[in-house]
Amino acid sequence: SGSFPNPGLYGSYPQGQAPPLSQAQGHLGAQPPQRSAPPQASTFTSPASGGPRMPSMTGPFLPGQGFGGPSLSQPNHVSSPPPQALPPGTQMTGPPGPPPPMHSSQQPGYQLQQNGEFFPKVRLGAKGFSYSGVFLFAFSIIQVIEDDRNNRGSEPFVTGVRGQVPPLVTTNFLVKDQGNASPRYIRCTSYNIPCTSDMAKQAQVPLAAVIKPLARLPPEEASPYVVDHGESGPLRCNRCKAYMCPFMQFIEGGRRFQCCFCSCINDVPPQYFQHLDHTGKRVDAYDRPELSLGSYEFLATVDYCKNNKFPSPPAFIFMIDVSYNAIRSGLVRLLCEELKSLLDFLPREGGTEESAIRVGFVTYNKVLHFYNVKSSLAQPQMMVVSDVADMFVPLLDGFLVNVSESRAVITSLLDQIPEMFADTRETETVFAPVIQAGMEALKAAECAGKLFLFHTSLPIAEAPGKLKNRDDRKLINTDKEKTLFQPQTGAYQTLAKECVAQGCCVDLFLFPNQYVDVATLSVVPQLTGGSVYKYACFQVENDQERFLSDLRRDVQKVVGFDAVMRVRTSTGIRAVDFFGAFYMSNTTDVELAGLDGDKTVTVEFKHDDRLNEESGALLQCALLYTSCAGQRRLRIHNLALNCCTQLADLYRNCETDTLINYMAKFAYRGVLNSPVKTVRDTLITQCAQILACYRKNCASPSSAGQLILPECMKLLPVYLNCVLKSDVLQPGAEVTTDDRAYVRQLVTSMDVAETNVFFYPRLLPLSATEPPAVRASEERLSNGDIYLLENGLNLFLWVGASVQQGVVQSLFNVSSFSQITSGLSVLPVLDNPLSKKVRGLIDSLRAQRSRYMKLIVVKQEDKLEMLFKHFLVEDKSLSGGASYVDFLCHMHKEIRQLLS
Amino acid sequence: MATYLEFIQQNEERDGVRFSWNVWPSSRLEATRMVVPLACLLTPLKERPDLPPVQYEPVLCSRPTCKAILNPLCQVDYRAKLWACNFCFQRNQFPPAYTGISEVNQPAELMPQFSTIEYVLQRGAQSPLIFLYVVDTCLEEDDLQALKESLQMSLSLLPPDALVGLITFGRMVQVHELSCEGISKSYVFRGTKDLTAKQIQDMLGLTKPAVPMQQARPGPPQEHPFVSSRFLQPVHKIDMNLTDLLGELQRDPWPVTQGKRPLRSTGVALSIAVGLLEGTFPNTGARIMLFTGGPPTQGPGMVVGDELKVPIRSWHDIEKDNARFMKKATKHYEMLANRTATNGHCIDIYACALDQTGLLEMKCCANLTGGHMVMGDSFNTSLFKQTFQRIFSKDFNGDFRMAFGATLEVKTSRELKVAGAIGPCVSLNVKGPCVSENELGVGGTNQWKICGLDPTSTLGIYFEVVNQHNAPVPQGGRGAIQFVTQYQHSSTQRRIRVTTIARNWADAQSQLRHIEAAFDQEAAAVLMARLGVFRAESEEGPDVLRWLDRQLIRLFMFHLRRSPFLQVFNNSPDESSYYRHHFARQDLTQSLIMIQPILYSYSFHGPPEPVLLDSSSILADRILLMDTFFQIVIYLGETIAQWRKAGYQDMPEYENFKHLLQAPLDDAQEILQARFPMPRYINTEHGGSQARFLLSKVNPSQTHNNLYAWGQETGAPILTDDVSLQVFMDHLKKLAVSSAC
Repeated sequence: SGSFPNPGLYGSYPQGQAPPLSQAQGHLGAQPPQRSAPPQASTFTSPASGGPRMPSMTGPFLPGQGFGGPSLSQPNHVSSPPPQALPPGTQMTGPPGPPPPMHSSQQPGYQLQQNGEFFPKVRLGAKGFSYSGVFLFAFSIIQVIEDDRNNRGSEPFVTGVRGQVPPLVTTNFLVKDQGNASPRYIRCTSYNIPCTSDMAKQAQVPLAAVIKPLARLPPEEASPYVVDHGESGPLRCNRCKAYMCPFMQFIEGGRRFQCCFCSCINDVPPQYFQHLDHTGKRVDAYDRPELSLGSYEFLATVDYCKNNKFPSPPAFIFMIDVSYNAIRSGLVRLLCEELKSLLDFLPREGGTEESAIRVGFVTYNKVLHFYNVKSSLAQPQMMVVSDVADMFVPLLDGFLVNVSESRAVITSLLDQIPEMFADTRETETVFAPVIQAGMEALKAAECAGKLFLFHTSLPIAEAPGKLKNRDDRKLINTDKEKTLFQPQTGAYQTLAKECVAQGCCVDLFLFPNQYVDVATLSVVPQLTGGSVYKYACFQVENDQERFLSDLRRDVQKVVGFDAVMRVRTSTGIRAVDFFGAFYMSNTTDVELAGLDGDKTVTVEFKHDDRLNEESGALLQCALLYTSCAGQRRLRIHNLALNCCTQLADLYRNCETDTLINYMAKFAYRGVLNSPVKTVRDTLITQCAQILACYRKNCASPSSAGQLILPECMKLLPVYLNCVLKSDVLQPGAEVTTDDRAYVRQLVTSMDVAETNVFFYPRLLPLSATEPPAVRASEERLSNGDIYLLENGLNLFLWVGASVQQGVVQSLFNVSSFSQITSGLSVLPVLDNPLSKKVRGLIDSLRAQRSRYMKLIVVKQEDKLEMLFKHFLVEDKSLSGGASYVDFLCHMHKEIRQLLS
Repeated sequence: MATYLEFIQQNEERDGVRFSWNVWPSSRLEATRMVVPLACLLTPLKERPDLPPVQYEPVLCSRPTCKAILNPLCQVDYRAKLWACNFCFQRNQFPPAYTGISEVNQPAELMPQFSTIEYVLQRGAQSPLIFLYVVDTCLEEDDLQALKESLQMSLSLLPPDALVGLITFGRMVQVHELSCEGISKSYVFRGTKDLTAKQIQDMLGLTKPAVPMQQARPGPPQEHPFVSSRFLQPVHKIDMNLTDLLGELQRDPWPVTQGKRPLRSTGVALSIAVGLLEGTFPNTGARIMLFTGGPPTQGPGMVVGDELKVPIRSWHDIEKDNARFMKKATKHYEMLANRTATNGHCIDIYACALDQTGLLEMKCCANLTGGHMVMGDSFNTSLFKQTFQRIFSKDFNGDFRMAFGATLEVKTSRELKVAGAIGPCVSLNVKGPCVSENELGVGGTNQWKICGLDPTSTLGIYFEVVNQHNAPVPQGGRGAIQFVTQYQHSSTQRRIRVTTIARNWADAQSQLRHIEAAFDQEAAAVLMARLGVFRAESEEGPDVLRWLDRQLIRLFMFHLRRSPFLQVFNNSPDESSYYRHHFARQDLTQSLIMIQPILYSYSFHGPPEPVLLDSSSILADRILLMDTFFQIVIYLGETIAQWRKAGYQDMPEYENFKHLLQAPLDDAQEILQARFPMPRYINTEHGGSQARFLLSKVNPSQTHNNLYAWGQETGAPILTDDVSLQVFMDHLKKLAVSSAC
């Protein structure tokens, strides 16, 4: 979507020719493209030309292609410090000084990797590690994103080739499935895996895949075909149970096939037999999705169902807190009103008229109220269960109903709920019994399903799962800080386990006015594949739109229930660790009571044997689940990766965004068990080791003063810095314990695109016609302009103090800057191009994200600006987070230490 | 002086009392020799249309240990305005209100015809009656429908200001809130978990927040309706609402798989009902009415598991100690019954099912609290429908024939002590000076609580003569007994009914004839039978029979021995419990019918006449009407049946036959109308399967063993190995002669 001309395919660049880059300016379009570097090794641009940029040769690294050619290609790394890239003067303790001499001579005829690489450079002054006189090249994330968009956004990404690095998550591209799963389903930290564990250990690059098995696809891309193998069920390898996939080798004229994962030779069942063509391919390969595509689905037979019975359609149970707080804030009335219409939009499958999903209703404070909404009743019936210590479901028939059949009774109920509790004075609530009740209801109805809990306060009523307020800010930065992230009681884990066994997924909507212990309350949603939404100090006027939008989306989204995910790999590597919202009762099966299209599972792999360069490495992710219509299915994603014996190949095929996703999840899990400082140090050390290993093994010998980064990882330091200074790992004074716990669990199931924007927010100036983002730093803000900032959760509109009056008028309908209400959350609907454009932009930003972002208007120099500045992640943060440049220096120091 | 028979009748009509002996042996020794103890059947609230209650309070003897009530037997000094207590001889001043009395201006309680008098207390707040329906929903559809209709109908019969509540149960127990409009609301409890009263009240939200204990204890009852208004509401306010609620009542929705019984949480439902009233309305008149259609199958009080292949316990199982749940269940219901009795509430059980419903285990609930027990085949029968309707029948004053929370106190003159009582009561454990060491029935006290009673409720009260042989009663001395029954009238008034009787003492050696002549055989029979049944409840059957045989042999005992009260053969444990329950509370006449059923014969030979309860009475040209109290059997003899089959009754020339057929029907109808509970009505004929009801009762003078000896012309042979009365008597005579020496 870049506004400037696309230079064409990356392959069309002459080697060594780089597209323009002016990371320091942020106004890319302003500069004409220019050749900035001489072909050979002259990757160092003249200081005046801005940071040089190699074309990022992220294209497929086809077998046979590669190292043979002359090494004209870019060095994997270079190290010329462009003065323009200097950090803001404030961070320079010394004078900028003249640009240091070029170091092109340091690039001998070393075997350079051809893949596009880059070379930030830190030049340390005479004073050793002091910042004085440091010149370093802080790469612009914005630039990288723009480049990738321009280079790779126009052509579809064809998955036929093994080990291709896909375009960045920020790039819009189409995918053509030709045998490997789309990057929308699976992204890897590296698409070229070291053959041996020694190499892997040396590199320290985590080998992980971020898998989003039910990812939504753009309308242009077809959703996976459903394959029915009949009564015998999907064809699988007898030994390792891998499912039939394009990589299986048919031999002996098609009578047998060799498993691509474990090499076991299996008979082809007669009904599946087909002749092979002269290349050894089955002649029906292109007729069968499982032989030609990376992703497809199998219809499961009864053997794949619980208790050997086909599942009943799932159910949704709405469980509404009706304690004083919920009533007073207007939540209950709002929610009941909304549900009346929302129930028409329950997820349905394919072309079905009506959703198969049944619904049930529970309200609660310190007791639970179940409702009988059987269609034959004139009025709903309420059944109160006060035995919260020993929860049970008081009714079966009439609790879960079909919406259209019981429409009248449900409407009557939703009309009456707000009235019935209008005078309530009950402030205490229970929590665990509510989940228990929902789970028992599903158990009694023998179906899977989802609970929607709307909860307001810390559950202090006498009941199992009762909590106490244990919030203690004094624990921050102590060894006990981890307790703030741990659940206060084990009861919720036990409960979650039961829920998972029943296929009961829990989505939690929180409306706290004070501490509610998100760390504990989110245990069940987290372990059952559910989502948590939090609306602090909920007020209908301010938060209605956000809540309703989230609710609508959450209710309508397609969910797979009672799912089990298994990742199978070629012999040599093994899935060893999993991150995400799920439960595991053994070491291999990821159990998901519910899984929607937003949830990802990050899987880490380790070597347990050698891999073969020739055959590469295969991943097969199989997800067994119950669809919204109650159909049991298996979704299969396959992905083939390359294997390498040269570390450089690894570094050339990495994906920083995915790495960051993995590292953030790893760190966020780490805070449960280790002090936050330890976690931060571990991250920094690992990052330093990765980069030092590269420097040592892949880069040419050069002065220690140079910071040399692999092209694919040139943004690793800046992203890592963002992770390190995120609220979980370095909380500011205004961040509550609940916020940290909330974010922690959110990140756990984020996909790569979400972590990307979450850690490095987009900052969009509105003055440009098609605003390209600018770097998240205060110095990018012009006080004559207006900016939007979003990170997937928050959305700010920053108004500079000297914005033209006309702009103020057309956006806010007030005459001057001073009249703009600070903290405004809705822009007035005005009929002028600017207003339309801004509101349109906001809408489109919201549409991209899985959660509704509430807008906050921030005025320059206003109190709220502090909040906003928190998201300018390249700057030094108030809570002590390093600025980009400072961190880069620090990283360089670490690397140097490792090298020496 | 009239005959003793008239005397007895007159006393019964006036005081509701029948003594076994109407002249009392004057010493302990002689009394013991009489074998039949000195005892009486007392019907405390016998209907007395001629006795208007007085609107003031009784005058009590001032001696703290006595407190007897001023009565016609007291000596009064009109001039000194003093009266002497006839029990403790204390001299008492009349209260100021009595200053005007004189020999011609006597208060009612001093007049001899007011040996029974009823006072209406003016003090104390009146609390409305409470009816708490506890309804089983694990019924067949038509059964439930019939029950719902009966319940809806009953709302129109209740006093308008009575409070009514509804609990339903199946797998779960639901306590329905009655006040809300729109959404009907109920509190649900798990049927498997026993809860304490405190827990129940907490869960129902009945615990008053932060009321100091001292204030709460004497809590005036006016406060209560407010607290519990959600579950117990005045009928007039919510009858529409409750009618709808009952109308919408569904069968228990939980699926019952093949080969299983529905899960029925009777034990917990009762426990919750008891707990609900306990917390909110202690010591006020309340009926818990349990309607159940099968045995409790889960939770505390379960009687049988839900596997249909395991049948419910029989007497055989109980003898073999094979009734797994019986003891535990009985304990549960006894605990509930005792709590209910302490609170002054009563529990009715209406059990309608073809199989047993666990009455054996639950019987104490009705027995100890004075509640009704009704057993039927289905709620969709007139037996249940009419019986239930009759609960709410009214007397000549338009008051309900029910009273609540009664305390019966018995005071005796010095020569006598109280040994115990048998009936729907529990001991209050008050050990006054007139309490005997020896216990007969529920003893060790002279006060009992009767939580629910009606005008026919009758207790057997047993006495012991303690006067020593060497301290003779002075000539003309009379022994006196005072029965004081305090109760809540159905109009919610507190009332006290006082009956004071006196009987002559007689020296057994010199005046044996007097004593003999004043023996009331019927009363004695029933009183002894009660003792027998009381023992049978607690002891093994054969031992009781042996005891009874040792004690006394009279004609009726033949039938008593055969009756379901002592015999369990051919009866389920539930049936035995049911029969015994009624035997222990009905008045004398009904009790006699129970022991020895009445048989009437209708024929062309003359007007209807009572005939011997003997197989020889079963003749081809007769219609028989048998009343066993529990059953009314109309039996057409062989010829009559053939005639009817031929349709003679429809021919105008045989109108007399039509009348003959109609006559027993009309008579039966009359009995059916009056009796509570409504008997099972059986209309059968010779050779009909239901004829067994008749055949099992008659004296088997002809059996298949001796059939030909009697000739074939008369009677019908009974296929039994039981001995006939003839054989029994012969045997008795032999025994009597042999043991006399």
